[in-house]
Amino acid sequence: MADFGGGDLEAFRTEVREWVAANFPASCKGKGPAVGPEREQETADQKAWRLAVGEKGWGVPTWPKAYGGGGLSPAEARVVNQEFARAGAYNPIVGMGTMMFGPTLLEYGTEEQKKRHIPLIANGEVQWCQGFSEPGAGSDLAALSTRAEDKGDHFLVNGQKIWTSGAQWADWCFCLVRTDFTKKHEGISFVLFDMKTPGVEVRPIQLISGASPFCETFLSDVKVPKENLVGPLNGGWTIAKRLLQHERNSLAGGGGSAGRYASGRSPSALAKEYVGLDEQGRIADSELRARIAKNDIDLKAFQLTAIRAMQESRGNQGPSAATSIMKNAASQTLQERAELAIEVLGSQGLGWEGEGFSEEELTFVRNWLGGKATTIYGGSAEIQNNIISKRILGLPDATKSA
Amino acid sequence: MAVLTEEQNMLRDAARSWVQEKSPVTAFRKMRDSGAELGYDVAAWNEMAEMGWAGVIIPEEYGGSAFGYLSMGLILEETGRTLTASPLLASALGAASALVLGGSEEQKQAWLPKIAAGEVVATLAIDEGPHHKPEKVDTTVEGGKLTGKKTFVLEGMAADLLVVSARGADGVGLYLVKADDPGVKRSRLRLADSRGAANIEFAGAAAEPLSGGAETLEKVLDRTRAGLCAEMLGAATQAFETTLEYLKTRVQFGQVIGSFQALQHRAAKMFTELELSRSAVEAALTAIDNDSPDVPELVSLAKAKMGDTFHLVSNEMVQMHGGIGMTDAHDAGFYLKRARAAEAAFGNQAYHRDRYARIQGY
Repeated sequence: MADFGGGDLEAFRTEVREWVAANFPASCKGKGPAVGPEREQETADQKAWRLAVGEKGWGVPTWPKAYGGGGLSPAEARVVNQEFARAGAYNPIVGMGTMMFGPTLLEYGTEEQKKRHIPLIANGEVQWCQGFSEPGAGSDLAALSTRAEDKGDHFLVNGQKIWTSGAQWADWCFCLVRTDFTKKHEGISFVLFDMKTPGVEVRPIQLISGASPFCETFLSDVKVPKENLVGPLNGGWTIAKRLLQHERNSLAGGGGSAGRYASGRSPSALAKEYVGLDEQGRIADSELRARIAKNDIDLKAFQLTAIRAMQESRGNQGPSAATSIMKNAASQTLQERAELAIEVLGSQGLGWEGEGFSEEELTFVRNWLGGKATTIYGGSAEIQNNIISKRILGLPDATKSA
Repeated sequence: MAVLTEEQNMLRDAARSWVQEKSPVTAFRKMRDSGAELGYDVAAWNEMAEMGWAGVIIPEEYGGSAFGYLSMGLILEETGRTLTASPLLASALGAASALVLGGSEEQKQAWLPKIAAGEVVATLAIDEGPHHKPEKVDTTVEGGKLTGKKTFVLEGMAADLLVVSARGADGVGLYLVKADDPGVKRSRLRLADSRGAANIEFAGAAAEPLSGGAETLEKVLDRTRAGLCAEMLGAATQAFETTLEYLKTRVQFGQVIGSFQALQHRAAKMFTELELSRSAVEAALTAIDNDSPDVPELVSLAKAKMGDTFHLVSNEMVQMHGGIGMTDAHDAGFYLKRARAAEAAFGNQAYHRDRYARIQGY
């Protein structure tokens, strides 16, 4: 869609700017949305900001006004984002609801479902988690076997989900269940349930990084009302694929969430301190220096590609082929960067916690570990390569999965 | 592909048409087989000049079209696809840049129109050893006479005009030397990539200085590097596409070999690296057109990245074609040889990684 800048947009920008100035609390500057573990500690100001943005619908600016969205055009939405950024104001309406479930429900949900769930996503009140993967269904998600038995006015659900991000703080879950065991893809249904429903048990999984962002979710005789079925019975796979597309699109701009593990000082900055300089003022290890330069170059090439992909998709040439490579390029380059950081830190890069290590050093260790997930989740590097090979390069599908 | 203006789109489409029709890889093979003295087909070069390609970065008042470096890159990319040999990079981009940036009005008038018309072939003579080290210059100029040795001068035998880096009283700078000066002795190099090159010895050859010293030298080198990257991008992209086509057609074990996952993933890797390289090359050329202070950084980034990618793709092209990739009859060997020559010219990956680090302050 082409942008039509000009008078109306500038008037709107002024309106947004003034509204942000009037509504974004000073105490929130530099903070972020209070979601997940932080929702409990949400300050009065953070809540006020969330409700104010929610009331305007500007947290999900392009969603229809009828369901609590902002009803804005993409150009206007960009203005909102720019003005928020300009004032150092974060978007308090974030999470799986906004990123993937909401857009999907807007496409596939009934009027009742949309009216019930969308407004509470749009104002950030309800947080969602994703019940997709299972111990036996990771890359091969369609192999899922959590069972949903038809009991007349409800489904009785039994099974186990894994890698449910934020399940311990979520209010609701969108979940793939099996309603037909005779067909693989056409036996999957898409249902919603309240995490407080009896029979739902959440157990956080401790990762090698020490954090527990993901959970196992056990479902024992969970009653899911029939009205919580989204789309047709056994028609859930199509909806799931669309949802995953939304997930990828929202991550695509930055090459995925790989960036969250990649903040902090650059390897070159660390090397100047931990390895030292030679007489010419250059990093004293030329072999290391060359590897650091290669990583810096790879990262910059990725950033230039992100810009190019955005320009090309705005240029109406259709989606850029470059987007298909983004997740792999970003995650692999950033993992190499994390490895370089650990290497540069030497024995100071081996601390787990406590005395003898700075906060920064410990953070590098945790992020190096946590970052190993980026080539695994959201479509593993191998799956991404399969997608590139088949969909972009047109090579034949040899696996029996399809 | 960058978002191009309509003009640039037309230029690229015209270049692609001409190259695919008039200068496919078979033309390169024919030139190579004929042992062409100059390392390119003069008739083809004349056609390129007639289409205005030699004037693309030259200002209009000197007979050029001033479309800029990204536009020149578009043409070079197309020629790169089919390994088309010509003095386009050396003369119309490298030497022409030196005159545009450092030539006096008289020098510009004397040379640029003829370069734009393809009548004069000019080239840069920079290196003095097996590795590109433009800072290290033993060639000297005294009293207007230039003495020293230059190696690996592209199109060195075909050139009428040499743009030579040398050390004068004020330090390092570029000098114009006529190739037919009695103080110039050229020896033809027969390179693996069959392109034209020479070693040149200077003994008191008459030399006219260009202005700007070492600063202009670096700017000229960066423009040449960026243009070379564009040619490499075309060659690497074609090498990949040819290989991909083979994966889709070669049958073994009852299926096309492109259905084997190991090969699929290696193809995906090459595709990824090509996309990343394209972004870098286009950013460098655009920065030059914008006269951005980021040019040195972006050029070294592009040359390092493109070099690694072409290195990978050229190796994979041979390997994935199996036995036939090893035959001279197949084009894979041409792309492999061209890759190494292009990687080495004007600074290889190691040189540019080091330069990148230096620019970043480490």
